[in-house]
Amino acid sequence: MTSLAALNDERIDGRRARAMTENRTEAVRALDDDFKTVGEPFVQDGDVRMSTRAVNVYYSGKQAINDVSLDIGANAVIAMIGPSGCGKSTFLRCLNRMNDTIETCRVDGRIELDGRDIYAASQDVVPLRARVGMVFQKPNPFPKSIYDNVAYGPRIHGLAENRYQLDEIVELSLQKAGLWEEVKDRLTQPGTGLSGGQQQRLCIARAIAVSPDVILMDEPCSALDPIATARIEELIDELRQQYTIAIVTHSMQQAARVSQRTAYFHLGKLVEVGDTKLIFTNPRHKLTEDYITGRFG
Amino acid sequence: MSSSEGDPHQAAEHPRSHWESAEFAVLMKKRHRSEQLFRAMGLGSIAVGLAFLAILMTSIIGNGYSAFWQTHIALEVDFAQSRLDPDASGDPEVIGKANFGGLVKRSMRAAFPDVKSRRDKRALYKLVSSGAAFQLRAMAMDEPRLIGQKLTVWVPADDDIDMLMKGYVDRKLPESDRRINNKTLAWVDKLSERGAIEKHFNITFFTAGDSREPELSGIHGALMGSLYMLMVTLVLSFPIGVGAAIYLEEFAPRNRFSDFIEVNVNNLAAVPSIVFGLLGLAVFLNFFQLPRSAPLVGGLVLTLMTLPTIIIASRAALKSVPPSIREAALGIGASKMQMVMQHALPLAMPGMLTGTIIGMARALGESAPLLMIGMVAFVVDVPDGPLDPATALPVQVYLWADSPERAFVERTSAAIIVLLVLLVGTNALAVFLRRKFERRW
Repeated sequence: MTSLAALNDERIDGRRARAMTENRTEAVRALDDDFKTVGEPFVQDGDVRMSTRAVNVYYSGKQAINDVSLDIGANAVIAMIGPSGCGKSTFLRCLNRMNDTIETCRVDGRIELDGRDIYAASQDVVPLRARVGMVFQKPNPFPKSIYDNVAYGPRIHGLAENRYQLDEIVELSLQKAGLWEEVKDRLTQPGTGLSGGQQQRLCIARAIAVSPDVILMDEPCSALDPIATARIEELIDELRQQYTIAIVTHSMQQAARVSQRTAYFHLGKLVEVGDTKLIFTNPRHKLTEDYITGRFG
Repeated sequence: MSSSEGDPHQAAEHPRSHWESAEFAVLMKKRHRSEQLFRAMGLGSIAVGLAFLAILMTSIIGNGYSAFWQTHIALEVDFAQSRLDPDASGDPEVIGKANFGGLVKRSMRAAFPDVKSRRDKRALYKLVSSGAAFQLRAMAMDEPRLIGQKLTVWVPADDDIDMLMKGYVDRKLPESDRRINNKTLAWVDKLSERGAIEKHFNITFFTAGDSREPELSGIHGALMGSLYMLMVTLVLSFPIGVGAAIYLEEFAPRNRFSDFIEVNVNNLAAVPSIVFGLLGLAVFLNFFQLPRSAPLVGGLVLTLMTLPTIIIASRAALKSVPPSIREAALGIGASKMQMVMQHALPLAMPGMLTGTIIGMARALGESAPLLMIGMVAFVVDVPDGPLDPATALPVQVYLWADSPERAFVERTSAAIIVLLVLLVGTNALAVFLRRKFERRW
């Protein structure tokens, strides 16, 4: 490879990038005004599991999410994509009120789960978080045995009446997470001794052990290798039959592979939502197009 | 345009020869030298530290080891019925009232029949400890059937004789400069010839309380005092400290008031311990009218003193629990209390235990606050509970170090050895517990 030729290419690329940035600033400027989300944020047909209306989130007064309204349909996967710091994780964490743990965080707007306001004063976060489970970016099994990891949720929520029921729940959850065959002989060994991909599936098993309605996944594969990632993606597709899944991802290929709907966030605003196929083949907003074609990230 | 032209970036800023130039070599040399210098200083300071530790240990052990042996003298004792229990009652109370001091004196006179003058006899009696009579009395009261028998009994020698036997008295000095005169020396030598004077393991040192007579004094009283005190301290300071740390770290709202409390806790850790003693004097003794010199009060004062240490260590331990574990627990619907108690606390426990044991070790070695609440007293009886008057090991060290008798010098060092063994033991326990409970995540 000749270095000068490469340099030349870079220069041309740089010029193109600059031109794109100019385009993008225009598009961003368009967001500042009375911006309305492009696409179909509301689910017309089928059940709506969660709905959000005019959600704003502030971290110590600084706005992180700006007027987001979005429906999450039942038994489907919705992917949330967008550049770093666009608020997609923040939005996800509003859905099970994990943001409550951050003292400076304030949420307004309305978020409903099956028609009930989850931010209502009467709503206890404990059952909410059981119904809206979460899988985190970094696999975070408890430093306990594999069995205890999965059994923890059912135990604290009183889902099993006796030992046999608990065993059953653990086995079923591990089976659903596709981990049973790999760990059935070593349930008493620490969950932290598994490989990264196995740990993440253990965390999924832990989340589904309390039979949630919705599973939130915050970049569940970003710490995993491609094979483990493929395994998790397969799993997400299987879980869709029973659960509603909202996944935040940095990988557009992943969003395209696992989701039915995709929401594109930019600077705290929901820019475009729609059918995943449509978003990736025919984006309507300039920013979405730039992002999915890989012009910035 | 081949790659032999080199990387254009590098070529522009640093000529290839830069890495081989003399300036660069000097720079590298400088860097290596500063690293070597730092290493040498580190090693040097470790060496100095070890040297001082070695000096301390040799001096303490060298001074103290002999206290674990005590010179004993064999007495031929005639437990004569006529003198001890003339009515043959066999009643320990009657026997207890008999003149055992006279018994010791008779035995000594029998051993040295040629000593005639009153003055010499008095000097002769001083070969054995004043505790010998008590020892014989205890023997006779425990087993009344000894009465009427003749026995050889090993009784402790006087502390001066003990010092002589341990070689701390210089025989070459003129008689007037010695604590032991020539006559006594001759008697001791005669006893040695007969094999009637020997050094035995000093059990008294571990079973007796304090005494004015070095050969009768022991650390048992101080040790028990320290243990009762530490028990009170541990029972109070661990739960309160950990509870306070959990509340402050996990539940307290972050505002000016909690900041104020945090600053205060940190400052309390630096308050001189004698101030806590004054506080204990004012609050526990004067206001609550608790007994003076009691390990309970000592424990309360030491609790106040160790609480900041435990709170700070426990908060640091809680802070170091990875947030991912907290999120995992909250994410499947654990309440905050469950998250803290079932996940954060077990992971923080090794750190909390370490902090607590370090606090306990500090409390064990503390003497200043105890001076204020009367634990510096001369207590002969071994305390039976936390309300009995007692003293503590470091205070005992201080008291003995203050005593004029030569035999207390070795006992001071021996008490320090016991104290250090306890401290090393507790610290080893801390390390063991930390290793045992430490989990990887």
